[in-house]
Amino acid sequence: MEFRYTVNNFTYNFKDLKTLMAKASPYRTGDALAGISAETNEERVAAQFALGEVPLSLFLTEHLIPYESDEVTRLIVDSHYQNSFSSINHLTVGDFRNWLLLDTTNQVVLDQVKMGLTPEMVAAVSKIMRNQDLIAVAQKCEVISRFRTTVGQKGRLSIRLQPNHPTDSQSGILASTIDGLMYGCGDAVIGINPATDSPEVVSNLLKMLDEVREKLEIPTQSCVLSHITTTLNNIKDAPVDLVFQSIGGTEKTNSSFGINLNILNEGYEAAMELKRGTVGQQVMYFETGQGSSLSANAHHGVDQQTCEARAYAVARKFNPFLVNSVVGFIGPEYLFDGKQIIRAALEDHFCAKLLGLPMGMDVCYTNHAEADQDDMDNLMTLLGVADCNFFMGVPGADDIMLNYQSTSFHDAMYMRKVLKKRPAPEFEAWLLAQGIINEKGERNALNSKHLLLNMHGK
Amino acid sequence: MENKLIQTDPSELLKTQTNARIGLGNVGGALPTQQTLSLKLDHARAKDAVFSPLNIELLADALSEFQLPFFLLKSKAENKIEYLKRPDLGRRLEKHSLEILEKNNEKTDIVLVITDGLSADAVNTQVINVLKQLIPEWSKKHKIALALVENGRVAIADEIGERLGGKFTAIFIGERPGLSSPHSMGIYTTFQPKVGLTDESRNCISNIHPDGLSIPQAIRILNYYKEESYINQYSGFKLKLDLNLIEEQKNTPTIG
Repeated sequence: MEFRYTVNNFTYNFKDLKTLMAKASPYRTGDALAGISAETNEERVAAQFALGEVPLSLFLTEHLIPYESDEVTRLIVDSHYQNSFSSINHLTVGDFRNWLLLDTTNQVVLDQVKMGLTPEMVAAVSKIMRNQDLIAVAQKCEVISRFRTTVGQKGRLSIRLQPNHPTDSQSGILASTIDGLMYGCGDAVIGINPATDSPEVVSNLLKMLDEVREKLEIPTQSCVLSHITTTLNNIKDAPVDLVFQSIGGTEKTNSSFGINLNILNEGYEAAMELKRGTVGQQVMYFETGQGSSLSANAHHGVDQQTCEARAYAVARKFNPFLVNSVVGFIGPEYLFDGKQIIRAALEDHFCAKLLGLPMGMDVCYTNHAEADQDDMDNLMTLLGVADCNFFMGVPGADDIMLNYQSTSFHDAMYMRKVLKKRPAPEFEAWLLAQGIINEKGERNALNSKHLLLNMHGK
Repeated sequence: MENKLIQTDPSELLKTQTNARIGLGNVGGALPTQQTLSLKLDHARAKDAVFSPLNIELLADALSEFQLPFFLLKSKAENKIEYLKRPDLGRRLEKHSLEILEKNNEKTDIVLVITDGLSADAVNTQVINVLKQLIPEWSKKHKIALALVENGRVAIADEIGERLGGKFTAIFIGERPGLSSPHSMGIYTTFQPKVGLTDESRNCISNIHPDGLSIPQAIRILNYYKEESYINQYSGFKLKLDLNLIEEQKNTPTIG
């Protein structure tokens, strides 16, 4: 189906829905690299006007990637709930934006429609929303998830403690973990990116983290972010709390990650059997990020933000405990600078929350992107206002294994302070009992006899 | 600066276990001044490395001393910003450079390509040292040509190697700078180079810098990949690096 929009007697033509979506996307280098972005600023806004006129129901029949050739499209179509959609099926994309912003469209209403929304509808409306719209609507959603902690409640902000080490040194990882715990981090998960995918290394790291958690009686969960097949390999002999996997929004992207829906399901079922959670049994942890489909040459001419939103359909199927985009990690050929990274992160958070995911964010950048700590300060504050579920906690913001900058333990202190947010309730009680923070959330002075500082070498 | 303003972290023992930025202390939860400026300094050095220019004059002088066929080339990326935005342009030669290669009649076996990548300074400071130890040995068995390329990505060696009819290429390229290692060089090797190959056809030696992989270690691995590529007549993921072979002579870290 073709789309048109006339500006000052000039008519722009868009040959199909995916072209219209791509041209309507706020500018970013990845779409330009793919050769699918608008040629001029005017064409972009014309596309946004045209997209605003598209009925939401069209997305149910016009598939951006064919049903026959892509299992993610099949998942999206087959899991669509017509009943949830019925209250909004008369709206256009432009009306949908207006409707989302209404005061009467509150959390209860959004909860009722979420299973009637497809990733493409949500991606489409995000393209005609300003940053403040993305924040305001995301803030209406409260998505709570549970394992040993309760993450995502209003007034709470959780942190994934990320104690990576370039050679997976156990004592190095333990040192960073203790440092992070002393700053109140680790209530989302203590999650290591291993430098190698060796099953033995991964298994030993899992055992080490589990031992620390049990010894200190920390109400949290651990995860080693190895490939899902490595985790499955280990799941019988090593203490696996959460099953991790990077996912994308097309079948081909996922196949470049060495996975498909069946493999994810295998991981999900294996972890569910373990019943290791205490306050809940949400067992999956997914990471996503705009640009992964283009990078795998698997985007089918669909813009990178829409591909990203489609990954959330994959995540949603497995009722995850944590999901985050690694927004600035991919590099400047996809998201060039602080402005593009900030915009993309707000889109990702909004789309995921509207679809009902417990969304966090790796607020981050690489050294060849045009961004710095000030951009990250802006982004974490904006996402904090949008009630993002969790952020990363990396020692001094500097990940010495992955060679990029994320948010730090100190950033966690900052966000909780200025946004008046507290850690997950179970974890907060532990921090108070250990004397790490006071009732106001401020760090207590710790002396060298503190239990945490005497973990090493034992 | 007055230290009593800072709430210190009593974690001296922990700090010996990792190079991660731990035990930084805090002021009202935030980073102390010294720490926030150190992070800024390291980031500034990494950014400067990305935009550092190839020292063409110095490199060209040094390369011509090897008395081998030598080509000074450019990719299609006209400047660093375009290079960062369009990796596809950094993988191909611009028109004039293609013409230069067109004129070459000499037979070539191995092409050594030197390019800036994401840290020209990593290459400016290390590559000549590597080549001085490498070329005298390799030129006993092989016809070698040299190319110095501005704004090149790894795959540009495929086009250069193919145009010169080479059987094997090694490209020396500045890696994405880390905060602790802004001047790190990598080497990628390819057997039977041709346009369109992807990473699975290459072998990589990474992290070459004063605090990382040493130059003698890098050369030992490079020799191994070259020998194995000629024996097997392929390169890439199918060639597994025998770590024992590499480590037996010296007890330093290998590819990090």
